[in-house]
Amino acid sequence: MTDNKGKRNGGLGRREFLATGAAVLGLGVTGFPAVLRAQPASVKVGLIHPVSGFIAFSGTQCREGAQMAIADINAAGGIKSLGGAKLEAMLGDSQGKPEVGASEVSKMVEGGVHGIVAGYSSAISLATSQEAAKSMTPHIVDVGVSDQIVDRGLKNTFRFAPGYGTIAKFAVDNLAGINQMSDDKAKTAMIIHEESLFGTGTANLLQKKLPEIGIEVLDVIKHANPTRDFTNIVLQIKSKKPDLIIPANYYNEYVLLARTMRQQQVKAKGIYSVLGGAASNYKFVNEFPEAAQGIMDCNHWFNPKSEVALQRKAAAEAKGLVYTYEVFLAYNAVLALADGFERAGSTEHDAVNAALAASTLDMSYMPYGPTRMINGQNVGARPVNTQVLDGKIEVIFPQQFASAKPVFPMNS
Amino acid sequence: MPDLAIIIPSVLNGLTTGALYALVALGLTLIYGVLHIINFAHGALLMLGLYAVYYLNTRFGLDPYVCLLIVPPAMFALGYALQRGIIGRAGHGRDENILLVTLGLSIVIENLALFFFKSDTRIIDTPYSFEVVQIIGAFVPEPKVFAFIGAFVTAGLLWALMSFTDLGRAIRALAKERKGATLVGINADHVYAMSFGLGIACLGVAACLLLPSYYVSPQVGQGFVLIAFTIVVLGGMGSFVGALIGGLFIGVVEALSGLFLGESLGQIGIFAIFIVVLIFRPTGLLGHKV
Repeated sequence: MTDNKGKRNGGLGRREFLATGAAVLGLGVTGFPAVLRAQPASVKVGLIHPVSGFIAFSGTQCREGAQMAIADINAAGGIKSLGGAKLEAMLGDSQGKPEVGASEVSKMVEGGVHGIVAGYSSAISLATSQEAAKSMTPHIVDVGVSDQIVDRGLKNTFRFAPGYGTIAKFAVDNLAGINQMSDDKAKTAMIIHEESLFGTGTANLLQKKLPEIGIEVLDVIKHANPTRDFTNIVLQIKSKKPDLIIPANYYNEYVLLARTMRQQQVKAKGIYSVLGGAASNYKFVNEFPEAAQGIMDCNHWFNPKSEVALQRKAAAEAKGLVYTYEVFLAYNAVLALADGFERAGSTEHDAVNAALAASTLDMSYMPYGPTRMINGQNVGARPVNTQVLDGKIEVIFPQQFASAKPVFPMNS
Repeated sequence: MPDLAIIIPSVLNGLTTGALYALVALGLTLIYGVLHIINFAHGALLMLGLYAVYYLNTRFGLDPYVCLLIVPPAMFALGYALQRGIIGRAGHGRDENILLVTLGLSIVIENLALFFFKSDTRIIDTPYSFEVVQIIGAFVPEPKVFAFIGAFVTAGLLWALMSFTDLGRAIRALAKERKGATLVGINADHVYAMSFGLGIACLGVAACLLLPSYYVSPQVGQGFVLIAFTIVVLGGMGSFVGALIGGLFIGVVEALSGLFLGESLGQIGIFAIFIVVLIFRPTGLLGHKV
């Protein structure tokens, strides 16, 4: 026998009705919180990076930075406009391959991801953002510098860091300034770059812009990833005797190139990397202070005068991380995405994309101008020029962030 | 067209790099020649050797060349244990099983390395890292000169071991005729494991000689393993002299094709020659028809 006391036609019983009514009223009194608006218990953030394969070091650094940001946001109360919903990381490994990155995106979309931060390299970022665009999943590119990423008109793709167009212009303008200040001016250069989208695109831009400031490009040498031996390239540099050597490559290859240049006793007025994988890297500078001495780099950097930036650096170092640009750019990308959720007050893709497109996020911890998004790109983003001086990475340009004056020629 | 003055330094560089390739290939050719195992885990095991040298240097201050007394014997023991405990058992004597087992081992080892050592690229600094020897006007880094000498010494020792010791005779007997060798009292499982151990010990030597001029990361072996396979096929499978000559040859071809075709296309030279050799001399330069 079933207990049908008080129920009519299978509806609510009197007691249940009263209890439910009281609960509903109670919720009304407490402001009808997010629970009844079907808000997610957590906001799923996909982190897709090459944590294995030939750029695994950089990919892992990105992942660490992004996870630090998630932990910090959650510790500070999560996404407040979503009732304090916590961010939940969904981890993906692109293995350094664009197609694998894209398939990680589709897996995450099936898994109900609310936003994606990817993909470190330009080629991978192109693929992941394209795939995410099919479902209009908000996608933030953390590092990938190719301008093609934001030039395709994808409404779900955003980048808060500078692209190589901005970086190459900045690098060449500052090089002109450094040259002007010096009595021993550089007149020739050789560009050594890795063969993927990032290295090739950067090298093309530099090749076009350097003659405009009176520097002749003697040769442009492209190399594969990985390259086991740089002696041939360095021999070619030696035979052409350029005043400036401009590398644009990933960490491992940069280290081997710098070591080989030192072994082969290459004498140049300057090594001026543009997005060089190691010259703005504490690991390289600490391990090879002699090989790193005097190298200049135009690269992503934090605002060395910002307390927030220095605190984040200390926190990363306390975790045993080397504070490379991968760490803070991925951290920033997660912050920007979280800000998008916060201002959208929703995880609805279109609402978050609209919020990101209108972002004015305060990024004073970076050496940037005010955040302003045009076609998904933060046009306030800027690189800086650094130089390794006495075992330290010093900012030499722009003036307001500088901690040292440039030394050029590098051995002067 | 590159400057002619850099051709000699480039050839010298090719020879020294080729010697390192030869060292990696020596172990591979021994393992193939005796066990007929195509060891896909060769690159991953080289990586383990490099990490061993790295930690002995950074934790205990041991010079990489002093590590020659520790790492190759340790790698020998590892190789012996792998063959006896995993490859021999899981392979059940079938080539395709063994192929898959070594491939699986390489994936497991690389991922374990990624987990334990992280993906950092690590480098050691030695007093001679940037020292060079001047040969015909070219600067050849000292670590590469040592590696060059080391490759010849290792090949010589292997040859002597195979020619003049009981173990060598047992290995050769097993390679030629397993049943016959077993009938005359040779313990096949033990000798197979000894051969695998010796092959992996060669990687230990290569690791000690390589690290002063190179780096280590969990993926580092991948860059060497394809080249080593090419050298083994080019030199003739199972031939030590062939591996040595093949290594030097591939080193020079890589250097010169990089110089003339551009660095990105440098590898094309290697594989073009590889294809030509396979077409006209499928047994390799010093291989014998079975």
